Amino acid sequence: MPFIPHTEDDIQEMLATIGVESIDDLFDEIPTELRCGELQEIPPGLPEMEVASLMQSRARTDGEPLCFIGAGAYDHHIPAAVWELTTRGEFYTAYTPYQAEASQGTLQLLYEFQSMMTGLTAMDVSNASLYDGASALAEAVLMAVRGNRKSKSKRILLPANLHPHYRRVARSIVRNQKIELVEVAYDKSTGQVDMADLEKHAGEDYAALVIPQPNFFGVLEQTDLLTDWAHQNGMLAIAVVNPLAMSLLKPAGEWGEQGADICCGEGQPLGAPLASGGPYFGFLCCTDKLVRQMPGRIIGKTVDMDGKPGYALTLQAREQHIRRSKATSNICTNQGLMVTAATIHMAIMGAEGLQRVAATSHANTQKLSQALSSLPGVEPLFSGAVFHEQVMKLPIETATALGMLASDNVLGGFNLQDDYPELGDAVLVCATELRSDDDIENYRGKLEQVIQSQAQTPSQ
Amino acid sequence: MIYDHSRKGRRATAQAPLEKPELTGIPAEMVRTSRPNLPEISEMQAVRHFTRLSQKNFSIDTHFYPLGSCTMKYNPRACNTLASLPGLLSRHPLAPDTHSQGFMACLHDLQEILKHVTGMHAVSLSPAAGAQGEFAGVAMIRAYHDARGDDQRSEILVPDAAHGTNPASAVMCGYKTREIPTGADGDIDVEALREALGPQTAGIMLTNPSTVGVFERRIKEIASMVHEAGGLLYYDGANLNAILGKVRPGDMGFDVIHMNLHKTFSTPHGGGGPGAGPVGVSERLEPYLPVPMVDYDGQEYRWLSEKDRPDTIGRLSAFAGNAGVLLRAYVYARLLGREGMHRVSEFSTLNANYLLKRLMEAGFDAAYPERRASHEFILTLKKQARDLDVNTMDFAKRMLDYGVHAPTTYFPLLVPECLLIEPTESEAKEELDQFVEIMRTIKQEAENQPELVKQAPHTMPVKRLDDVRAARELDLAYKAED
Repeated sequence: MPFIPHTEDDIQEMLATIGVESIDDLFDEIPTELRCGELQEIPPGLPEMEVASLMQSRARTDGEPLCFIGAGAYDHHIPAAVWELTTRGEFYTAYTPYQAEASQGTLQLLYEFQSMMTGLTAMDVSNASLYDGASALAEAVLMAVRGNRKSKSKRILLPANLHPHYRRVARSIVRNQKIELVEVAYDKSTGQVDMADLEKHAGEDYAALVIPQPNFFGVLEQTDLLTDWAHQNGMLAIAVVNPLAMSLLKPAGEWGEQGADICCGEGQPLGAPLASGGPYFGFLCCTDKLVRQMPGRIIGKTVDMDGKPGYALTLQAREQHIRRSKATSNICTNQGLMVTAATIHMAIMGAEGLQRVAATSHANTQKLSQALSSLPGVEPLFSGAVFHEQVMKLPIETATALGMLASDNVLGGFNLQDDYPELGDAVLVCATELRSDDDIENYRGKLEQVIQSQAQTPSQ
Repeated sequence: MIYDHSRKGRRATAQAPLEKPELTGIPAEMVRTSRPNLPEISEMQAVRHFTRLSQKNFSIDTHFYPLGSCTMKYNPRACNTLASLPGLLSRHPLAPDTHSQGFMACLHDLQEILKHVTGMHAVSLSPAAGAQGEFAGVAMIRAYHDARGDDQRSEILVPDAAHGTNPASAVMCGYKTREIPTGADGDIDVEALREALGPQTAGIMLTNPSTVGVFERRIKEIASMVHEAGGLLYYDGANLNAILGKVRPGDMGFDVIHMNLHKTFSTPHGGGGPGAGPVGVSERLEPYLPVPMVDYDGQEYRWLSEKDRPDTIGRLSAFAGNAGVLLRAYVYARLLGREGMHRVSEFSTLNANYLLKRLMEAGFDAAYPERRASHEFILTLKKQARDLDVNTMDFAKRMLDYGVHAPTTYFPLLVPECLLIEPTESEAKEELDQFVEIMRTIKQEAENQPELVKQAPHTMPVKRLDDVRAARELDLAYKAED
């Protein structure tokens, strides 16, 4: 019996103690007509070696293609120590630290995580994680509507150059509370938020402006300008940032005169493998003023009965297990293990390490952009400065190009056609520190062949 | 504190690129000038620090952890190893379908297994945790009523014993909540429910077995009543472990359910997540399931997105939810198979009823002594708190000294001085016997040396913490000037 230790003697003794004949008697309060049968549709159990063989064959099926896709998930080096430590049973198989005295490891680690995140973003406080970057944005929106004392509005300004999935997730999560997400256009030439379009909303009542850095096109925003504009118009500034970029770019807490009010994003670049999109973790930081509006777990440092320093869950009066229908969010289980990995990752990389990774990713993306631009009809679509992603215009149909590259085991980027049809044939590419010069040349060469083959195909 | 090991200029050199390229093309005003406040330490210092931190935790791998409602059972190591195979770990979430067939096959298989084991019509795996599954479920209930133009339904009913996430999720979907009392026998008060139902009822959220650890015997009748009033039934899968392979939420009349894979399907709790909260629905809610989902035409797997499913409540995470957790649950489901799933509920129920019986014999009071325990049960220490002035919290803290993680305390709220105890199927009889001895010992201590119990724990890295100070003098992050 997999994972069940009972011997036949145990079972008999236990049944006798309870005073029943069989295990089935223990289910006698369930109406008989509700009982299900054998569940024939579910496959029979397999020993570990057979499941291993199945999983190995499935993993092989997907190959390990050369990947130039970013679009919200980035292929970075993770020190071996990170997951060796994270999967220690004491971290891996503990739960939410409800019993603080028996969970000081997790609690201190979470406090260290909060410290590192505030260090990285230059914000006052951080929570202990949300599900992912997109749901963190949704929570930030809800938090802004609750927390903006100057505004009665349930409207939020959201730029069109923010990750399209984030915009959809935010909408799915906030729309039943009658919160309206109003789109701000992007500048077709720079790829940045269109200031003229934004200006149309000046003087109107909105709870917040969302500011991405970098935006979905990889382009860097004028964050000082946008933050000050939000504040001048009585709005909170919600930063949506790549945490790795924060090591190198002006951090959200330093934007404009007063800094952003809320800073959220996807924590994946800090030690989480690509892994098909999850588990990752969302982070959420804010100013001291907004801390009681935060969703999720927060750890505080305190002392024990003897005055010895220790760590505990705090401000729990915000949370669902105490406040129920009046809680700041329904979130309970968060992404603790991913935060464990991120904390170890940040500790090992340090500021210098993260900056090197960020700067190398930036440099590699520039190399990639230049290499691809050597091909006829391929060039950067936007003029704005980028971090580690760039939109490239293609001379042939994007889906065809990406399909042909994929059949040659190169994932050439994210097709923007569905989300931004107005851009024509364009692909969002990314080269992290892991893509070598040879990888970039490999991509360039294969794209060249694809373009040539298409040029030879008579147009219809 | 990790920052205590920090020295300016020290770093784990092997882990970063050898060079730091000059930034070209980024305007100076966008570049960071302040140094991010991260520790500067060596790799070994990090390894030692975090290893030592880990040793300050109780965990399933090291301790009996009967935390009620959380299903802290063994997390097979194979689940981690096989979900972490290089091909799976390196797959980009936006990789084309041609490079995703193996991964999608696992997800599709899991969708099917979960569908059959819960008796639902269709399943979406995308919610990232139980609470997000609840949100998705209630949002689907709302979408269903809205699509019928039935927009006066403004209320979700929740039992007073429900998890806090239930009312919080209903509110996030724009509903008001109304509490239904629990009867003296632990079942929901059906008469109170009858009075609460009406044209304003959008639905009811139930856990079955309920959070008081007993099976809701009149569930069929409740389902008919709610359906007759035009409402839908939501099943909170927190306690699915108790009935896996025995009775299915779909057969009980539920319209929508969520499952906690980190409970029933044994994926790790990770110090507070990640979880996964797939949702299953009856036929009428199928159009509203959250995306993405995996479709299979007999030849190829493909993603279903908003385009394929126009009535969906939408997307809840940037990609496909907690994919790695889903893979772990899939491996677990294949290791168990259908016969293993029956055993989960059988042996978790056997363990709970055995432990309950033995604790009652040892002089403890069950909250519902006339009822069968499900996979968990409630003791009330009302008597001890009154007679000895030693309360549930004191018992819980003293258990830590004896090397047992405390059960859930003070939940559900309606039972005074309660301990919610869930031993799970993976514990051996001798572990349960040992727990009984520990409880007996603490009871004796409470009678003879109450201060010993009231001051506990004595052997943990810290003693009881000053929670009031933690909330009043907020210290939420290390600051360089500290």
